This record gives sequence, C-alpha cells and structure tokens, in this order.
Amino acid sequence: MKKLLTYLILGFVGLFLLLPFLWMLSTSVKPAGDVFTSSDNPLQALRPREVRWQNYAKVYDVTRHMGGGFARWYLNSLLVAAVVTLGQVTTSACAAYAFSRLRFPGRDKIFLGYLGTMMVPGAVTMIPNFMLMRQLGAVDSYFALMVPPMFSAYGTFLLRQFFMNIPRDLEEAATIDGCGLFRIFTTIILPLSKPALATLTIFTFMGNWQSFYWPLIVLTQDSMKTLPLGLLSFLGLYNTQWTLLMAGSLMMILPMILVFILGQKWFISGIQLGALKG
Amino acid sequence: MALTRKGRIALAGGLFLLPNFLGFLIFTSLPVLASLVLSFFAWDLFTPPKFVGLHNFSALMKDGAFWYYGYNTVFLMLAIPANMLGSLFLATVMNRKLRGIVIFRTIYFLPTIVAGVGTYILWRWLYNPDYGLINTVLRAVGIAGPEWLQSVTWAKPALMFMGFWTVVGGYNMILYLAALQGVPPELYEAADIDGANGWQKFWAITWPMVSPTTFFIFTMSLIGGLQGGFEQAFVMTRGGPAGATTTVSYYIYNHAFVWNHMGYAAAIAWVLFAAVFVMTLLNWRFGGRVVHY
Repeated sequence: MKKLLTYLILGFVGLFLLLPFLWMLSTSVKPAGDVFTSSDNPLQALRPREVRWQNYAKVYDVTRHMGGGFARWYLNSLLVAAVVTLGQVTTSACAAYAFSRLRFPGRDKIFLGYLGTMMVPGAVTMIPNFMLMRQLGAVDSYFALMVPPMFSAYGTFLLRQFFMNIPRDLEEAATIDGCGLFRIFTTIILPLSKPALATLTIFTFMGNWQSFYWPLIVLTQDSMKTLPLGLLSFLGLYNTQWTLLMAGSLMMILPMILVFILGQKWFISGIQLGALKG
Repeated sequence: MALTRKGRIALAGGLFLLPNFLGFLIFTSLPVLASLVLSFFAWDLFTPPKFVGLHNFSALMKDGAFWYYGYNTVFLMLAIPANMLGSLFLATVMNRKLRGIVIFRTIYFLPTIVAGVGTYILWRWLYNPDYGLINTVLRAVGIAGPEWLQSVTWAKPALMFMGFWTVVGGYNMILYLAALQGVPPELYEAADIDGANGWQKFWAITWPMVSPTTFFIFTMSLIGGLQGGFEQAFVMTRGGPAGATTTVSYYIYNHAFVWNHMGYAAAIAWVLFAAVFVMTLLNWRFGGRVVHY
C-alpha cells in the first residue's frame, strides 16, 4: 500500500516533468498551421492530427541562408565543445598534478588565488575579456570561442581534490624504480583518476554545448554561431514557426540527453565530489 | 647543470602548472583587476576612457532602474525555498529501495541537463496565452489563464515556475538523497520504538541531519540567484514587459554590450561581486558549524 503510494507520487512528478517535453515533441511533428488552434482539451492539443517528421529536415532547409544554418551551427557547437573540453581537461589535470604533488615556491598562494576567483561572477571578467578579443581583432573567430573558456579554476580544483586522495605509495615505488615525474603522471595518476576525468569531461562538454553568454558577446556572423545562438536568430526570423522551432530545439537537446544517459554514473558521483566544499 | 631533486620537482611543478596558469592569468585574474580599474572610468569604446573617480558608483546608488532590477533579482530568488523543499520532498520519497528508481532519477534530472536556450524557447511556447499547453490545461478546468510572459504581474512568477521545473529533480535532489542515505537507520528505529509518527521523525531526525546540505544548497542558490536571470529573460522576454524580468546581470549586459557603457557596467559587476562575496563569507563562516555527521 505504502509502496503503491510512493510509485504514484513518483509517477505523478515524472509526468509533470516530462509533459513539457511531450508538448515539444508533439508540436515538432504537427503541420505548421495546426498549432494555432485554440483548444480547451489538453489531450487533444497534445496529439498531432498527423505526424510530419519532415519538419526536422525543414529546419535545415529554411535556415540554410543564415550562414549555412542549422547544420553549420551543429558543427560549430560540436567543435567548440570538443576543443574546449579537451583543452580544459588537459590543462586542469596538469595543474592539479602540480598543485597536489609537486612542491614549488608560491604554490599554495597561487592555489588560494584560484580558489578566490571561483566566486567571481562571470560578468566581472566578461567585459575585459571582450575588450581583449576586440583589441586582438578576434571577434567572430574560433579563437575567441574556444580559447578563453579553455582554462578553468573549477576543473583544476575538482581534479586536485581527487588527486589528493590517491595514495602516494605507488608513486614512491615508481620513483625508486627510476620513473620520472611525467611518467608517474601519465601511468599512475591519470589512469587512477578516470572517474574524476570522466566527470569533468562530461560536465565541461555539456556546459559548452549550451554556452550562450560568451558566444553572444563575441559573435556577430551567422556562420560562426553555435547552436543556442543560431536557434535564437532562427527564433528572431521565424517567431511563429513553432513546429520548426520545437524541432530545432529538440535536435539541440537530444545529444545532451544521450550523453547524460550514457554517462549518468559519472555525473551523479561528480555532483557529490563537487559539493565536498574544499 | 645539475639540479637537486627538490629543484627538479619545483621546475616540473612550474611547467605542469604553466599552461593553466597563463590562461588563468590572462582570462581570469587580470580581467578581475581590469574591470575594477575600469569601474573608475567612463568609456564608450570609441573615445578615450575618462577617469571619473567614484562617480559610477554614486550614480549607481541613485539609479532607479538599478534598484528596480535588484528588486526583480531578489523577487526571482524567492523561489529558492520552494525549489529546495520540492527537492527535499522528492529525495525523501526516493530514499527507498524500490525497483525502477534509477529510471525516475533519470527522468527527474532531464530538465536540469537540457536547461538552456532550447528549453527557454519551449517554455515560451508553453506560456503562449492562446495556444500554449499551460493555458489549455487551465481552460480545461475553467480558468482563463493570464498572458504570462506579456504580463507585468505574471512574467516573474512564470519564470520562477519554469525554474522550479528545471531544478527540482536536479543537483539539489541528488545532494539531498546522498545526505538522507547518510542518516543512521538506528535513529529512525529508536524513534519507532518511542512511537513517533512520520512527521515527528522528519522534524526531529531528518531535518536536522540534512541541515548542512540545506545550508550548502541555500547559500549556493543565493550566490547563483544574485548572478542569474540573464539567459532566460534574454530568450523569453527580452527583459520585459516594461523591465519586469530584467535582473542585475541583464542590466550589466545592457550597459556593457548594448549601450557601450563599459565603466558603468564594470561598476555594477563589482557591486554584484561584493554581494556574492558576502554570501560566500557567510557560507564559509557558518557552513562548518552546522555540520554534524
């Protein structure tokens, strides 16, 4: 009886959270005019009169004149997210190794500086960074999209926390065997940190796939846009084409759902790791 | 040149740190200082910057729009307790060994995962007064729904409700779930022997035991809330109607990247930073004390 009640609550909440997505899917396959029928029956509104999957292809067609359109934005997003993730995970891992294992003058002061900037609002650094890009003539470039987001105090902090918990015995044994610091890093630390690296990879990739504020500032051309910005200019041009807008939005979030379902294990553990407040 | 072992380690440390440190220096720490300096200047990007001392800050204090947008920001943050209660409630329901619980967890997490421009466009459509699903549902039960995003009264609640949908099953629920799993079952068993009911057990055991998590989530949400509100308002309402959904961070964006008031924008950003800093200090100062597990 109690079990049934629990399932009932869980199911109800699940339905509440899924309903917007059902509405999204349903709208995305409706014939364009059908969305403009006012109804007082939600079930009727949710069920498409006929299913038009071609709406999805149409998103590509009608945006093509916008600097290549949806396909181009998709590629841009993929490229930016992949490069930023690779850069961030690599540089963070190296820095985290230095912070957790290698003693050098000023190390702990620098780390404190890293910690200190983690609470700085993005808006504070965004303005000078924009001016820097402008000075460099890098507005509307992949450089501007990819390089500034590549360095993260948060990633360094997360990995350092993890590295600190790796027992040192293995490294000591390796040192006695004549293993250099770089070898220790690549053959001991990194393999043992796969869970943390996976977590950071997933978080960074998803964050950058959706990144909005920075690209909004440094981009003007349609052909350079990432998906969120592309979708936004699509919205600006066709703000009543709800079937296509929903199809486009759905295509944008689909990869994230896949990444999340595949990497869920890392995700959940990562949240708990991140909450171990220093 | 022979280096001691210590020297070699120090050199390697420097080299390992260097790439990240350079990026950190160029794109984070120097910009923080640069924007502080900038906040003492008036600069429109086209004419040379002019030193104005504290003028930006004193103008800000007298800027009615700033206070209104500050009010909007705080108003939107009123949703935080409701969001947290929702997450805690969900976590208590889920803290049971049940078949299929992972599927529910996955579903609950979806809105958080995909939150962004895509879901903002989706909610704009859901809130459509004539054809959106929300007013359709309301009509079904005989209520004429408001104009939501076009209404000065309802635009903020609409964004808050969307926020609830986004976060209720996300990070905070996972944190609460972990906290609940850390509560020793003996406490509940002892309470059962004393004949406590579910409600009493919740207030006497669960609530105090998860209080460190509550505190952590609360301060993090405050920090996030102070800086928040730009993206969804930009996509869904453009800050309107009549500025009703413009937050402080949106105001910074407008000054910096629409009106080219770089110095003024930097000043607002620094005021925001100060507020966030105070929150963080409170978190550090009091966060440790309530931890008791």
